[in-house]
Amino acid sequence: MKNLKVLVLTIAFLTPIFSFASVQINGAGASFPYPIYSKWFAEYNKVNPKIKFNYQAIGSGGGIRQLIKQTVDFGASDAPMKERDMKKAAWPVMHVPTVLGAVAVTYNVKGIPNNLKLDGEVLAEMFMGKVTKWNDAKIKALNPNTNLPDADVLVVRRADGSGTTAIFTDYLSNVSSTWKSKYGMGKSLRWPTGIGAKGNDGVTNMVKQTNGAIGYVELAYAVKNNLSVVALKNKAGSFQAPTVEGVSKAAAGMKNLGTDFRVSIVNAEGKGVYPISAFTYILLPQVENPKLSEVKTFLKWALSEGQNYAAKLHYAPLPKKVTDTVLKKL
Amino acid sequence: MKFINKQDQINFRLMQGLAIGVVVMMIIMILLLVKQSLPVIELSGLSFLTTDWWNPIEEEFGALSFVYGTLVTSFLALLLASPFSIAVAVFITEILPDKVKPIISMLVEMIAAVPSIVFGLWGLFFLAPFVQTTLTPFLKSTLGFLPIFQGPSFGIGILTASMILAIMIIPTITSICREVFKTVPNLQKEAALGLGATRFEMIKLAILKPSFSGIMGAMVLGLGRALGETMAVAMVIGNQPSINFSLFAPGSTMASVIANEYAEADNDIHLSALCLVGLLLFVVTLIVNVSARTIVWRFGSNER
Repeated sequence: MKNLKVLVLTIAFLTPIFSFASVQINGAGASFPYPIYSKWFAEYNKVNPKIKFNYQAIGSGGGIRQLIKQTVDFGASDAPMKERDMKKAAWPVMHVPTVLGAVAVTYNVKGIPNNLKLDGEVLAEMFMGKVTKWNDAKIKALNPNTNLPDADVLVVRRADGSGTTAIFTDYLSNVSSTWKSKYGMGKSLRWPTGIGAKGNDGVTNMVKQTNGAIGYVELAYAVKNNLSVVALKNKAGSFQAPTVEGVSKAAAGMKNLGTDFRVSIVNAEGKGVYPISAFTYILLPQVENPKLSEVKTFLKWALSEGQNYAAKLHYAPLPKKVTDTVLKKL
Repeated sequence: MKFINKQDQINFRLMQGLAIGVVVMMIIMILLLVKQSLPVIELSGLSFLTTDWWNPIEEEFGALSFVYGTLVTSFLALLLASPFSIAVAVFITEILPDKVKPIISMLVEMIAAVPSIVFGLWGLFFLAPFVQTTLTPFLKSTLGFLPIFQGPSFGIGILTASMILAIMIIPTITSICREVFKTVPNLQKEAALGLGATRFEMIKLAILKPSFSGIMGAMVLGLGRALGETMAVAMVIGNQPSINFSLFAPGSTMASVIANEYAEADNDIHLSALCLVGLLLFVVTLIVNVSARTIVWRFGSNER
């Protein structure tokens, strides 16, 4: 008798959940944009309560694999899909840029204040193990007024495969031909020197603990933790510390957006540009399907109203020029 | 097989089915791993085992440094953990009063219940700075002439990983040793004491010596846990795929590289290489376990 009561009550509680016909949309992929995506999903749910998003932040590689296997409605990735992965998918895949991410170079050296000036060449040589002292003549030349201590450079990098690494090594390959030919770009690679830490928090912690350490983390991470960051020389020749504005400018300078948005914007031209920036994408199968038109409606919202939430969470919003072009394509 | 009644028969079939199920599951796992790793076996062949060059971008895969890292950290952990564990087990069974025994043994066993990520965080935030600022200078000044204690230390590396592993396997070894010591007959201990042995001699002759094969068995189980441990190691080992003989240098283990790279491996050959590392870990674990068990069995049969 008691069991029956529990059963009836359970059914009574569950009924209202089922009575609203809601659409469940599944996505999977990059963990980097997860905070802004979950904010968007929550806010969009207020606008359109019928739509429920379920996003698994399993990593860009996983997102692409799931998309190809058709187990999710959309994927998400920090790096654009490679041609051979595009061919594996059952339909053409559209890359929709959602926000911009950036990689900050952080360091911890006693006696060196915030915003040490470096250029791409010297940064690449530090990560190659060629510049091994913080008072190297090359660093001195860029910072004539700073008193540089005689400390060893310890490179700290990501051990786990990561979109952050892909963006950072894309930049190093762009500014140093030696880096490009010897090590290349990718989510995990054969690093010439240094130690690998797990995740942004691992790198942050390792840098904080070790005098002489240099590493790279997502911009949001550096801002939130008040880390010392390098002011990098951009193509225009000025030194730019990583800021949300500087990242947005990297995309604003793009001349030709073309029809698909799979472009690298590292070391972009223009004033005030922070050079290690990149788009993060939602991967959308190009196929007619009621669920996907819901995703498209959501993306239209995300690229217009949704952009206002970006800066607060330390993501750089897309410049208007880019959102206009993308909205036209949707 | 003949059964007296229906119930026995049903029970037997049920147990048989479950037992076979476990074996079948194991075989499926191995087959799947082999199937997944075929592309990289074709690509790299034997060089997968003989080189330490791991470069996913250029699709060059050599796993020797991971095998080295796994074996070194595990055996070092065993070396560090065994004396502690045996001492704790003797202390609990022989010296502690009966009332305190369950409390202390429960505390030791609680170490096993701590999730490995917590060990990793503790290692990263506490043990690594301690190793860098206190232990390394001490080792360098006392044993610095040995090549394994040379080179710079960043706090995280093979030594720190081994120490974390050692702490993690202490409860396993301790609790099994305790069970082994419990089986020593009181008569034997009393006989030793009666012959004029001191307490220490009694422990040595009447407890430790006859329990040798049991202690070895406990160590094998501890080693098994150390070989497969992933998260805590990945957080403190430094993850550099190279073979360094210095214990201060960063290294990499088979389990940690799989955990680090699997989620973001975006080409098939990289995934395949990671599967082959998994298969290799399986084989290494098997070899270590079988040889350790053989040793235990040899010693065990010699004594009788």
